[in-house]
Amino acid sequence: MSTLDKLADFELDVLKEVGNIGSGNAATALSTLLNKPVDMAVPKVSLVPFEEVAERAGGAEELVMAVFLRVEGEAPGNLFFLMNPVAAKKMLRRLAAMEVEEDLEYSDMELSAIGEIGNILAGSYLSSLADLTKLSLAPSVPAVAMDMAGAVLVYGLMQYGEMGDTALLIETKFLDGGEVLDGQFFLIPDPESFSTIFRSLGVPLE
Amino acid sequence: MIQQQVVKVGMADLNIALDGSAIRTTGLGSCVGLTLYDAEKRIGGMAHVMLPNSSIAREADFNRAKYADTALPLLIEEMQKAGARLGRLSAKMAGGAQMFAALSANDSLRIGPRNVESCTAVLASYGIPILAEDTGGSYGRTIELDSGTGILHVRSVQQGTKEL
Repeated sequence: MSTLDKLADFELDVLKEVGNIGSGNAATALSTLLNKPVDMAVPKVSLVPFEEVAERAGGAEELVMAVFLRVEGEAPGNLFFLMNPVAAKKMLRRLAAMEVEEDLEYSDMELSAIGEIGNILAGSYLSSLADLTKLSLAPSVPAVAMDMAGAVLVYGLMQYGEMGDTALLIETKFLDGGEVLDGQFFLIPDPESFSTIFRSLGVPLE
Repeated sequence: MIQQQVVKVGMADLNIALDGSAIRTTGLGSCVGLTLYDAEKRIGGMAHVMLPNSSIAREADFNRAKYADTALPLLIEEMQKAGARLGRLSAKMAGGAQMFAALSANDSLRIGPRNVESCTAVLASYGIPILAEDTGGSYGRTIELDSGTGILHVRSVQQGTKEL
């Protein structure tokens, strides 16, 4: 992973801003959906060892509700929207006016609704990135799974697997000061996408 | 009662366990937890295999524990250093799930089944019998091998715990 190891602080800052704009738009979309304010933390951008990626989501065995979308287009990558499964139920009740039980059993209908929410948020994340970079970016059909964080997040690491043991992770946490929302966005651009992103933003390449 | 010692194996990592200690790895999705056991010496080994074949490696000096075809020989070496014998080894494995069934049309996301196929083939090439496996499905697993008994505990969110 020679190229990524050499990313300068300045370049990491550019990626942080990319994450900030994308997740800022997604937070606005979420706030509109929920009809309440949503805050987000400043995105973190770092080269993370595989083992630690799941730690960022609470640990390899932590139960998470995950929506996974493959980003297709000129700068491909992987995008995850992760929620606490209990909070995800509360969000469904508020958002989709669904009669949901307070447990960890999810019906197909509820999972489908979660996937759709993930799709809307990912769409606003990516469309703002596409506007910024003038690159064409489109999310795949969302896939939903509720399981151990380690088991689902590994799908974001495959493109890095053949060239090293670390992946570049752009992560943003959502907070609403309460309990309804407890979510995280993980954007993991493919290793080949960085030069495209930098070039589109006018960042000089060595 | 004395607390049982647990050796932890990370993603794309491998290790061995001796003297009745346990060895575990957490959150296996498409990855395969490949375990070997020498019943006579009570030596257990475990690899958390991420990818099927090292031929795709683009780095010169890659992590051998990451790929099925390079992890097994390395694990055997480590166990032999601890006194195990190839002829006495038997295998159990778990994992290789397809977490996102909706995306199974995409070949790169069929990585779980491909990992299982590759592990099975590599074990066969060393003549190591597979005593049990809990592979496939669409759920994550945490596994723990007891080096005292050779029992492999497999835990998942939906299915609870089973013993292999």
